[in-house]
Amino acid sequence: MTGTLAAIGAGLAVIGAGIGIGRIGGSAMDAIARQPEAGGKIQTAMIIAAALIEGAALFAIVVAMMG
Amino acid sequence: MSERYLAVLTSFLIGFIFLVPGTQLYGQDEHHEAGDTPHETIDAQHDETGHSEAADEEFNATEYILEHVSDSHEWHILTKKDGHHVSVPLPVILYSKQSGLHAFSSRKIAHGHNHKGFEMGHGTIQVENKKGETIEKSLKGKIIEVDEHGVMLAAGLPLDFSITKNVFMMMLSVIILLWVFLSLARSYKKMGISEPKGLAGFIEPVIVFIEEDVAIPNIGKEKYARFMPYLLTVFFFILLNNLMGLIPFFPFGANVTGNIAVTMVLAVFTFVITQFSSNKGHWQHVFNTPGVPVWLAPIMIPVELIGLITKPFALMIRLFANITAGHIIVLSLISMIFIFKSVFVAAPSMLMVLFMDFIELLVAFLQAYIFTLLSALFIGMAMPEHHHD
Repeated sequence: MTGTLAAIGAGLAVIGAGIGIGRIGGSAMDAIARQPEAGGKIQTAMIIAAALIEGAALFAIVVAMMG
Repeated sequence: MSERYLAVLTSFLIGFIFLVPGTQLYGQDEHHEAGDTPHETIDAQHDETGHSEAADEEFNATEYILEHVSDSHEWHILTKKDGHHVSVPLPVILYSKQSGLHAFSSRKIAHGHNHKGFEMGHGTIQVENKKGETIEKSLKGKIIEVDEHGVMLAAGLPLDFSITKNVFMMMLSVIILLWVFLSLARSYKKMGISEPKGLAGFIEPVIVFIEEDVAIPNIGKEKYARFMPYLLTVFFFILLNNLMGLIPFFPFGANVTGNIAVTMVLAVFTFVITQFSSNKGHWQHVFNTPGVPVWLAPIMIPVELIGLITKPFALMIRLFANITAGHIIVLSLISMIFIFKSVFVAAPSMLMVLFMDFIELLVAFLQAYIFTLLSALFIGMAMPEHHHD
């Protein structure tokens, strides 16, 4: 039972991260389309933001797995 | 320049070899439950007859997957139809309080054998934790010391410095990295900076990329040179181990960057370098954040202090989780074949594995890049140029 709940928790965390990273990716696409010459900078900023969101999601997953 | 990089690279990587075996003591559930049951491996199940002893048993996907992503004392290759194991033995080095230092081949303790009182543990033991509560601790994958009746001694967990699968592959990657970079350094010394040829043509753009797109924008043009050796070392070490972890046959395939002890050591390096290269502005940001009223300090200081730890912690978990998850997905897809035992599952499953392997190839580069990028970012953040009030 605990295992199932932990899996649901991990799933919820992944949904959150998915929405977050999806939004970053979408906005970055928009930004690059508007200003292609700034593509490199936008890409770096995008990866950093995505990595930070991923970090938060990973915490949730670790807590879910330990709980 | 390259000589200095190499000196630091060498010292870091040699440090690894000594640091990581010790962390094996906290190892995850490692494999090999002392061989009372023949191991169901992919090869045992792969018989065309499908009627061998091993194939008749229920296929345990969880055990199979965990065995493949975790570290072990020997390099298991396959199990034959008659239950014989084909594996590459690795050296076991133990220090026991009772009987001192031991070194022998892992073949001597494989599959439940006992050597000089040492054997592979299985089951659990009751131990007291710091609070005095008794908790169960798994002995799976650990080497224990027993007396002549086969009862575990009171201090029966020897210090384990064995060259395990992960340590072995790490040493291999160190040798490859040293060979590549020492030969490159020699050629640069001889030819000077000229049009890169051969191996240099492959490595030089990567080094220039790390320098120009990772180090300079995040750390700053004046200070970045000091950190290049570290950034290049982690980048190539993680990249090589990620890639070698994807190759499924003998000297490769150990899940080094998917071992939390290894990623922890890497993250601790970043943490220590960040804190020791920080300047006044960094500590001012922690203890007296500009623009925050003083009465908020009881909240802000703990939050900022935790923030110092969470950054490398996220680095550790990110690399570990990404690589381990990738391996688990590939192994799960392979497990599907043995669960359904049907060619209609096998063919799509292999296609999916191929697809996942390509994704993993991307992830191998991406995670090495992200670890390096975030390390550079944290180092740069710890030395702010000017105060912002």
